[in-house]
Amino acid sequence: MTDIAPQLEQEARSQWWDVWDQFKSHKGAMMGGGFLIFITAAVLLGPYVWTLDPQKLDIRAKDIRPIYTFLWENGAKVSWGHPLGTDNLGRDTMAKLMAGGQVSMAVGWTAMLLSIFLGTAIGVVAGYFKRFDGLLMRLTDLFLALPLLPLLLVIMLLFRDALRQAVGPEGGIFILVVIGIGITSWMQTARIVRGDVLALKEREFILAAKSIGTSSGKMITRHLLPNVLSPIMVSATLGLANAIITESALSFLGLGFPSDFPTWGKLLFDATDRMELYPERVIWPGLCISLTVLSVNYIGDGLRDALDPRIRGR
Amino acid sequence: MTLKTLAMGSALALSMASMAVADRGSDGELKIIYWQAPSILNPYLSGGTKDIDASALVIEPLGRYDENGALIPWLAAEIPTVKNGGVSEDLKSITWKIKAGLKWSDGTAFTAKDVKFTADYCMNPDGGCAQLSKFGGVTSVDVIDDLTVKVSFDKPTPFPYGPFVGGEQPILQEAQFKNCTGAAAPSCTDENFNPVGTGPFTVKEFRPNDVITMVANENYRDASKPAFATLTFKGGGDATAAARAVFETGEFDYAWNLQLAPDVMAKMAEGGKGVQVVGFGPLVERIMVNQTDPDPKWGDERATRKHPHPFLSDINVRKALSMAIDRELLREIGYGPAGKLTCNVVPAPAAYNSTANDGCLTQDIAGANKLLDDAGWVKGSDGVRAKDGVRLSMLYQTSTNAVRQDFQALIKDWWKQIGVETELRNLDASVFFGGDPGSPDTFQKFFADVEMYANNFSGTDPQTYLGSWRCDAEPRPETQWQGENIPRHCNAEYDKLHDEMRKTADLEERARIGKALNDILMQNYIIIPLVHRGGSSAHAKTLAGVKLNVWDTQMWNVADWSRIK
Amino acid sequence: MLNYTIRRLLFAIPTLVFISLVIFLLLQLAPGDPMAQVPLTVPAEVKQKMREALGLGQPIHIQYWKWLVQFFWVEPLHLFDYFFSTGYSDGMQRVISWQTRSPVMDIVAQRMPQTLWVVGMSYVLGIMIALPLGIISAYKQYSVFDQVGTFISMVGFSVPTFFTGVLLIVIFSVKLHWFPSIYDTTHVVNDWDSFVFQLKQMLMPVSVLALYNAAQIGRFMRASMLDNLNQDYVRTARAKGLSEKVVVLVHVLRNSMIPVVTVIALGVPQVFGGAIITEQVFKVNGLGQLLITAIQANDLPMVQTLTFIFAILIVLFNLIADVLYGVLDPRIRYD
Repeated sequence: MTDIAPQLEQEARSQWWDVWDQFKSHKGAMMGGGFLIFITAAVLLGPYVWTLDPQKLDIRAKDIRPIYTFLWENGAKVSWGHPLGTDNLGRDTMAKLMAGGQVSMAVGWTAMLLSIFLGTAIGVVAGYFKRFDGLLMRLTDLFLALPLLPLLLVIMLLFRDALRQAVGPEGGIFILVVIGIGITSWMQTARIVRGDVLALKEREFILAAKSIGTSSGKMITRHLLPNVLSPIMVSATLGLANAIITESALSFLGLGFPSDFPTWGKLLFDATDRMELYPERVIWPGLCISLTVLSVNYIGDGLRDALDPRIRGR
Repeated sequence: MTLKTLAMGSALALSMASMAVADRGSDGELKIIYWQAPSILNPYLSGGTKDIDASALVIEPLGRYDENGALIPWLAAEIPTVKNGGVSEDLKSITWKIKAGLKWSDGTAFTAKDVKFTADYCMNPDGGCAQLSKFGGVTSVDVIDDLTVKVSFDKPTPFPYGPFVGGEQPILQEAQFKNCTGAAAPSCTDENFNPVGTGPFTVKEFRPNDVITMVANENYRDASKPAFATLTFKGGGDATAAARAVFETGEFDYAWNLQLAPDVMAKMAEGGKGVQVVGFGPLVERIMVNQTDPDPKWGDERATRKHPHPFLSDINVRKALSMAIDRELLREIGYGPAGKLTCNVVPAPAAYNSTANDGCLTQDIAGANKLLDDAGWVKGSDGVRAKDGVRLSMLYQTSTNAVRQDFQALIKDWWKQIGVETELRNLDASVFFGGDPGSPDTFQKFFADVEMYANNFSGTDPQTYLGSWRCDAEPRPETQWQGENIPRHCNAEYDKLHDEMRKTADLEERARIGKALNDILMQNYIIIPLVHRGGSSAHAKTLAGVKLNVWDTQMWNVADWSRIK
Repeated sequence: MLNYTIRRLLFAIPTLVFISLVIFLLLQLAPGDPMAQVPLTVPAEVKQKMREALGLGQPIHIQYWKWLVQFFWVEPLHLFDYFFSTGYSDGMQRVISWQTRSPVMDIVAQRMPQTLWVVGMSYVLGIMIALPLGIISAYKQYSVFDQVGTFISMVGFSVPTFFTGVLLIVIFSVKLHWFPSIYDTTHVVNDWDSFVFQLKQMLMPVSVLALYNAAQIGRFMRASMLDNLNQDYVRTARAKGLSEKVVVLVHVLRNSMIPVVTVIALGVPQVFGGAIITEQVFKVNGLGQLLITAIQANDLPMVQTLTFIFAILIVLFNLIADVLYGVLDPRIRYD
């Protein structure tokens, strides 16, 4: 039994195992991945353990400091019932961070993936097929030029009520926010991907592939995409940070989630006025956003290394 | 009285005398910050508070309200009344006498012709004058002599102090603006940015939406004023930053309209460089209760009086909503010293403040629950009350603003305790308060069940304001959704009483009717008052003479401001 | 290449006209009302009269045509008059802002100094930090320098400026009293002291923005350098005996510049678009603040004109980027 197993694995071993091995050896990527799994689990499963309702007000327990404040400030108002403290209306910070994380992560990831997908697709098509280049790039110019706020207000005007009826208030807002962020942030990725594809297209290996009759579809998926992966990874990392922050900006316009729906960006914004009095209220959401983005960045680094056969061999 | 106190008294008198004769411009620079930047210095073309306040440094009206809401003469020699013969017995005309010897900042004489010109300028049908309603009923403005001007009305006007009173209607110089009337008004950029005035300052440079620099007016009527030689009026940023610049860094002397949470304000005040000043006008933060059904299924008839609201038309529900609110807590959380408790929509002037509704001051969740139980609204398994298949589930909208979102969260929580489900929505202020008939989110359209905002009236007379809640004043498709009757209140008794007020000149009688009108609205719970809000500004500890005026512009007495040395 | 450039420039004209139309329609459709900031105490009929005085009642196509004429004919004519003291544009209506009733272009010109000083400077500074940061980080991948650089730039990018700006103000203005918290746009630099003051008031907004820009561009620079450092041609160049400096700074850098040029070119129009939040936090009142106040007040002529100026810059700089691709990699052909 024990000596058959490795042999089976040997046979099944595809290039993806090599990628995984290489990825595993990247310390930053492993740590990033670990943190990302941790924070995802915390926001998804946390509310089952820490069952306080993030919207539950308890005005008598307002402005409680985090439990650790006790270490340096003897008379601080702390409570084991609220280990990270409460806000000015007595809502529990820990519960808000978890609930906010769910929204921020869901919006951040979906909007980022949408924007990366749109950007990459448009960029590759424009770069590879000359006849679409002019049209698609002028479309990109147009989207870059449109003023963001009026555009979002128009999206809300046109689609909010329809979506609300179709998928309910929360689902409707989620779709609206994701689409709002997605369609206003794909342009940079598209321009970058197109620029890279334009250069790659003239490289010898592409010419070689072309001469043996590789179809366009194969050409894009096998030869072009893997070679534009690293700028896409960077775009994705930056796009995630961007999406999380933009979501909070949208709720001020009334385009986002209702005000009693916490998100990391909104927690950070609301706490800015009181950062001297209650530094924890900015530190925690700020840390959540930065560390999530940082871990995605390291995972991106690791993936890039792992997918590059030249590095993998080393 | 001993010799000593006498000596002290005379020393005090001496020092006061020396303050009074302090030289013009001896106190250097005055720095004012408004977090909304002025766009224009002509209040007739804007109407925005920031623009009116900035222009008040330069141009002035005939009469204005002081910090207590009393009428005082400004460029006029006295306030015309029936008693002193300034107002005709039939109440159809008012004659203003102007102070002698007034000069414009360019040195020319100020005359009654300028006053008449100002009226013509605003009443020109093509000019788009923002203060036109102040000239309502005016048939003619006539120059009697160089210092006398007579305003005639089409019908007896018990309150003839509409035109030329208050910071919104300063006098413009005819010589400067004569080519700027009607359709030409908007193209007079130089005039609108640098009006010639009688006020304590003149404009040196105006940068729209950014900063105004001013210098003392050489021809100002009081040779010892203003105490400051120059003035910087900076705009932009937000209320927190403006407060910080006065309280903590001391970069500015005066900051306007600091609507900040009390704990944030208290922390700022620890900076020790500034003082908060608060004044109370008639501004009330309130919840409007929609009397019509905002359900989208009605299409074009949505939120019109054709379809009464399915549950808010029941007075018991409205009353319960009001009873569940803890107003003291709202005041404490949201406004602190800048808020007062009220159960009225007209809490000021004092003569109009009713005491008949004070029961609202104590929260009564149990009572509200009982009221709803008795009215047949039964709690379902989800904790939401329902009757005949109608669930008490509401959409609660307001503009985006940190304090308002806190209020929403608190009120939602209380309403949940009486079995009412609430969905919150906040909208960008420029959309919510804009009257765009194409937008579903304006406060006038009111496509929600309840909405919260603040409103007041200008001056001290609430007649027009109370007229807002008459039948047919409501926004509806035929009026392009314009109108003041936001809750769509319609009550024949109310309208009749308001008609009576229009005909009444006696002040006491007017106050009685005003209170009765207020009580109808309150006791029917059409409007649920939350907090009586004060104007809140801050000035540096070294700045003397600030008297916060909520009845007129905050810059009204800037000529008297000085530096404490 | 020249042919291509000329063709693109010609094609830019219909593109821009189309973009201006889309922007115009978008603004018409967007909810909002220029009377939103007029107090509620002003009655509805008066507001309606004020709207009419602004020309709001006119049909949309007439409003658009008026704007086109004003922007493409009257404004250039006025500029010509200004420089050559002629009088061709006398009596013609320029693009007038609804809020201020003054020509939009005059205000734009007024906002240029602080926008260029603060936003422009931070962009230049950002690029100057980002390029060496990206190159060294890639060349010494996973060194301490790279790790620290990665950490700072990712945190710098993911923490929003509405927070970092206020944090800097609290530390350096409130606690330490080193720098002013409010930018003085009327400040004139004419001697050493006033120059020092200008530096002081610029320092905080510039560093906030520069950090953000450097983080973004630096990440792309690093990623692109990493891609190229392992290519075969690098090995060849080294084998040929070229010095390491030449290999990295000439061969690798040149081939890595395409995505970086793209990102930099995309950022230049944003410099002129201002940095809305940073300008707001530090009260810089540049073009970003002008745009956001115009949007809030629904000052459509101002929003339309500003947005269209950005559109011109976007089209122009994307064209410049495309031309630069050809210079960086002569194999890229467009014809």
